[in-house]
Amino acid sequence: MALQTEGKPESVSGTMALKKGNKNWVVLVLRVVALLATASATIVMALNKQTKTLVVATIGTTSIKATLTAKFQHTPAFVFFVIANAMVSFHNLLMIATSLFAHKFDYKVGLAMVAILDMLNVGLISGAVNAALFMAQLGKNGNSHARWDKICDKFEIFCNHGAGALIASFVGLALMLIISSISIIKLAKPDQPIFTLFNLDLYCNFALCFL
Amino acid sequence: MTKNKSIFIILLRLLALGATVAAIAVMVTSHDSTVVLNLTFSAKYSNDPVFKYFVVAEAIAGGYSLLVLFLFSKQSKLWRLIIILDVVVTALLISSISAAMAIAHVGKKGNSHAGWLPICGQVPKFCDHVTGSLIAGFAAAIIYLLLLLSSLQAILSPVIALNP
Repeated sequence: MALQTEGKPESVSGTMALKKGNKNWVVLVLRVVALLATASATIVMALNKQTKTLVVATIGTTSIKATLTAKFQHTPAFVFFVIANAMVSFHNLLMIATSLFAHKFDYKVGLAMVAILDMLNVGLISGAVNAALFMAQLGKNGNSHARWDKICDKFEIFCNHGAGALIASFVGLALMLIISSISIIKLAKPDQPIFTLFNLDLYCNFALCFL
Repeated sequence: MTKNKSIFIILLRLLALGATVAAIAVMVTSHDSTVVLNLTFSAKYSNDPVFKYFVVAEAIAGGYSLLVLFLFSKQSKLWRLIIILDVVVTALLISSISAAMAIAHVGKKGNSHAGWLPICGQVPKFCDHVTGSLIAGFAAAIIYLLLLLSSLQAILSPVIALNP
């Protein structure tokens, strides 16, 4: 019996185990994708600008034209969006660098710092993406009760680019949530490969947990 | 030490519950109307999808706080799941307060580039109510952040060997 119970986790960790050492390729790949997502959101929103010449009034036969610009700096929510996405992508870059050179640092304090920083960055990016989302919704639909007109029918390219940046940032938010959860799970058992921590028989039966 | 820590965490959850309930209550009771040039201009929280999302998000966070307060203790094996759910709920709270503040900023200061006029001059009672509700929501988000950090510290103190 002892040989049998020893053999079983060995085969599980053998098929799904990571390479030896403390590097974790799952989190590394997720971080690279999150870095790409948030960096692209930053760049697309930072370069978001559209100029349009509109006819404002007609006096006789000459029409008065006004040149209106839509820039991301006009809305504080979008400024926060650009800054927050830049900070989160910088954080991901830093974490990728530390996970590649992890053997130089004290291991447990490093894990704690990674978990705390991941949680803070989840909060940051969730705030930024939601503020930008609701401002974009206001620009797209307007608000008839407050007499605020929509602007997306005039500035279509601005709105489309903003929508693309928002989608990329939402992908980054989802990935940051997953990465943060994995970092917190790793805090408890830092030496196990990440897949064995999702085995449910490690945790108790659900009814017994309430005791 | 661990008993003090768990009492502190329970206290923080109670505070967060109180803050979310206060935010919901103040937001739901905010309405005002004026008559400007024969037009009735009424402002309610449900006119704007952001404030509806704010109420829903605070309700979810408050319900989660209630659930965790009464069902789970520190010794249960699901504490990792509770910390992960804490992260999700903190992100939800931060997102709701951030979005509500963005729209409230437009309501208070307007946006001259987009041609949006501020409405706080016409409906001051509504603006005051919404401001109070946002302050309560902000307090709830900060309390949840503190809760996350103290839960992490409660886990980490047996893990990190403190050198005397």
